[in-house]
Formats: sequence, C-alpha cells, structure tokens
Amino acid sequence: TLRLICTTAAVQRKNGGASGPEKYTEAFIKKQIEEFNLGKRHLANMMGEDPETFTQEDIDRAIAYLFPSGLFDKQARPMMKHPTEIFPEQRKIQWGEDGRPFHFLFYTGKPSYYSLMHETYEKLLNVQKHQDQLTVQDLPLQKEKRNLAGSRWLTKIELEEMLLEKLSDDDYSRFIQLLQKLVALPCADIEEEYIQKFSKEVPVQLQKVVIDPLQFDERGVAFSTGEGKRKTARATAVIYDNGTGKITVNGIDILHYFPVLQDREQLLFPFQFLGRIGKHDMVCTVSGGGRSAQAGAIRLASAKALRSFVTEKEVEFMRQAGLLTADPRVKERKKPGQEGPRRKFTWKKR
Amino acid sequence: DDKLLTEPLSHPDFFSVKELFTLKNLFDARVHLGHKKGCRHRFMEPYIFGCRLDQDIIDLDQTMQHLQLALNFTAHVAYRGGIILFVSRKRQFCHLIESTARACGEYAHTRYWQGGLLTNAHIQFGPGVRLPDLVVFLSTLNNVFEPHVAIRDAAKMNIPTVGVVDTNCNPCLITYPIPGNDDSPAAMELYCKLFRMTIIRAKDKRRQSEAIEELR
Repeated sequence: TLRLICTTAAVQRKNGGASGPEKYTEAFIKKQIEEFNLGKRHLANMMGEDPETFTQEDIDRAIAYLFPSGLFDKQARPMMKHPTEIFPEQRKIQWGEDGRPFHFLFYTGKPSYYSLMHETYEKLLNVQKHQDQLTVQDLPLQKEKRNLAGSRWLTKIELEEMLLEKLSDDDYSRFIQLLQKLVALPCADIEEEYIQKFSKEVPVQLQKVVIDPLQFDERGVAFSTGEGKRKTARATAVIYDNGTGKITVNGIDILHYFPVLQDREQLLFPFQFLGRIGKHDMVCTVSGGGRSAQAGAIRLASAKALRSFVTEKEVEFMRQAGLLTADPRVKERKKPGQEGPRRKFTWKKR
Repeated sequence: DDKLLTEPLSHPDFFSVKELFTLKNLFDARVHLGHKKGCRHRFMEPYIFGCRLDQDIIDLDQTMQHLQLALNFTAHVAYRGGIILFVSRKRQFCHLIESTARACGEYAHTRYWQGGLLTNAHIQFGPGVRLPDLVVFLSTLNNVFEPHVAIRDAAKMNIPTVGVVDTNCNPCLITYPIPGNDDSPAAMELYCKLFRMTIIRAKDKRRQSEAIEELR
C-alpha cells in the first residue's frame, strides 16, 4: 500500500490494558431491564403481593425489609432500581462497521454542541431572511414584546445533561449570546418553539410573611402569640388585649425575674415604640440562654405577636426599627492554635 | 471488486470534472483577486499573474489546471468510499461549509481545532477510530493569519490535502494546492458548489457501478 496505516501500540495490543470507563452496549442494557422486571415479579411473590401492581416504592420497602443495613450513606445500602437510573446514559459507539462516523461533525471534539450551534445559527439566518422578505413587501415587522422577566436560560449543567457532553464556560456563554441575539430580532416569533426548548420558567416568589389574625379566648378577649429566639434562648409570648400592662415570665412577674433595668427596658421597647404600654397584658415562657439572651428573645416574640394588633404601615415601621429581625449573632467557636475565637496565644520573641 | 477500483484509474478524467466549471465562472466569482502586494507570500509568486494598483492577481490558467487535478482527486477518493474532512477557520463561511459537508454526506470541522485531533485520535476518540482519508482546506489560514495546524498534522499522519491557497498563504505542505481567493462569499460558494457536485457525482457513479456488477 502507498499509505502507512498509523496505529498506536494500544490498538495493536489485543487484550490487556485498561480501556477507560466501561461502555454499556444496548444489548447489555436490554438484558438488565429484562432481569429487573423478572426480579420485580419474584420479589412481589416473595412479599405476598400482586406482581402486576408492584410499584417502585413497594420495591424500596421490600428491599429495606429483606436487607436491613445500618450504613449511613443511602447510596451504599442495597438498592433495586430500574437499569436506566443505575447505568448512566453514555454515548454509544459513534461509527459504523466501515469506520465512517455517524455525525457529520464527529471530527470536532464535541459534535452535539457544535451541531446545536449550527442549528441555532440556521434559525437566525431563517429569521433574517423572513425579515428581509417582510421589508421588501413593506409589511410591518411584528413587535410583540416577549416576556423576559419570567424566564431564564438553561444553566451550564442542564445543557451538559441535554447534550451528554462536557462544555467549557466559554462555549456555554457563546451559546447563550447566540440565543440572546436570536431573541433580540423583531421576527423571532417564528422560532418561538425552538427558543422555548432552552428557556425555563422562574416562579415569581413573593415572600410575603403571613400575619396571623387575632384569636379570641373564652372571655372574649383578643389575643395573639409570637415566637422569638436570641443566642440559645427560645421564647413564646401571648399578648392579651384590654390589659393593664402586666407582664409575667414563666409564671413570675418581670420585676422578680429580671432584676436588671436593662432587661426590662428591652421587654417594654416594642410596646413603647407603638405607644401601647398600658393597653396589653403579656404572658411568656422562655428557656435557654442567659439573662440578656432571654430578654432579647422575649422582645422578638412580643414584637411578632403585636403585628396582629397593628396596621400594615406600623408593621413596616417596626420592621425598619429592627424589632422583627432575629439577631443572628451566636458565640463564635474556638479555633485550634488560638486561645479563643480571635485571641491568639501570647507571642514570645524567644 | 478489484475491477471497480482499478477501472477509474485508467482514464485521465473518469468523472468529467472539466465540465463543472469554465474560466468565465472563476472570473465571475472573483477567484482571481488576491491580497495586497505587502501580504504576498514568497512561495505564491509562481501562481501570481501580476499586480494591479498594489493588488495581486492570481493566474486563472494555473488555477484551472490545479482545480481540475484537485477535483479529480477528490472524486477518486469519494468513489473509493474515503472520509473527506472540510476544514476552514473563516467565521463567515462556517455555516455554508458545514451545510455543504452535510449535503455530501462527508464531514466538516470549522471550529476551534484541538491539538491532538489527528495525531492523538486514538486517545481522544477511542480505539478503532478511522481518520479522514482527505482533508480539504477552504481557507488555509486560521484566525491569527498563521498556517492552520491541520496542514502539518495531516502531513505527519500521511493524509493527502487539497487546499485553496490565497496570496498570503504557504502552499508548501499541501498536496493539491488551488491558488485562488478565499475571502469573497462568491468564490467560497463556487468552491462549495464544485466540491459538492464532484463528491455526489463520484458517489452516484460508485453506486451505479456496484449495481451493474451485482446484475452480472
């Protein structure tokens, strides 16, 4: 022959040597699916249930019963799932018997990604041609604004899953830029279907905190509850309407429970802010933490309970005053090689 | 089977490639226009007809001969069921070339060329890959105006190359250079059309010959 056939030693070696990650042939996967179905029926028989209506949850319960395992990692425990979930989707062999690859872009590294780019560019050209035709006929170009607020493009990981190929950040950004270019054209409505394959709806999350309505007890007095925490202290407060300003903590009056003035000021702050000092009664329970932490927890709980008695504007004022925000400060951990969270050991010159 | 392969080799122009184009076609597609005198490559001087107002004009007679040789060679490769890879790094014609390759049933690579595609193929693609039997360059330079890596790689792997060389390109390592313009859309469309027609003709002839052989 005129041309040397260049092969590496690896190809000339018949057996031996690692051949990369295992390739699952179609026949293998089919056999696994058949075995799985047979095994499912056997399992149903063993458990005394109907083989026809044996769902995946039943299988999981049966396996957990027959093979109890104390291992922590759920993935390490015995499991019986459909082969498509266990064997990851792999690229099948890319060329036929005569050696010719199936995909026309096979000789680039990433055929599916580049063919996607090729198709998207073709749609772009299509849209431009359509636009030109409309301008020639002097027809107005469609200008229905596509709602961009409620949708987002696919992330890089989702695109990788779709194409079954690794992408680099550059590739991904180029693809997104091409899609944006396509969407920006006025007549892009023609290719709406194609674009929707790559966009996802983002549910609008309105984080409106629901304020509980007032509850009424046996005597007909309105009350509401609130919970609060600070450091390690947890508190619940119940505020009653038509009161005299009496506050009870864990069954004890605040004068006896909180001897220090600062703590009592903290408790009264929400009422003083709203100007309702003598109008409400409060009964609270608190546990954990220290003196100041318990005071702060009760303050937060009472502020949350007061939201039900008060207009929305005043709730906004309370929020801006910082009465409704839980204090995130907790004790910082001690680090090794240091005496405390921040304090280092005494530095000795020699 | 042996007769199928040896019979086309006895004729000088088995696939009548000369009828596909005329000098006028080349002139109308502006194939004769080269770059400016300052961009001229030393090894392209034999192919240049002359220089007008600092712009090089390529000799279309030589282009005709080279084009006939190249098309004849591609037709023979396609007849024998060889893999043809179209390579170009021109962004404007990337889509056109990929569509041409798809229409022929051959392969294209108009994107970023990874280093070991030809030389390290068995590791990049898997054992048992078949490398292309012919590489067609529709533009020999890459985006930085340097010779494309695939020319050197194909020469290393003993793969014959056909390439359209412009006045600023190096025609050395290409087996069948075609001196001609690679920047105008008209010229590129003409080349794509010619390659597409030759490959389709060659494949049709192969199918006909096989059908005739089976009937006997």
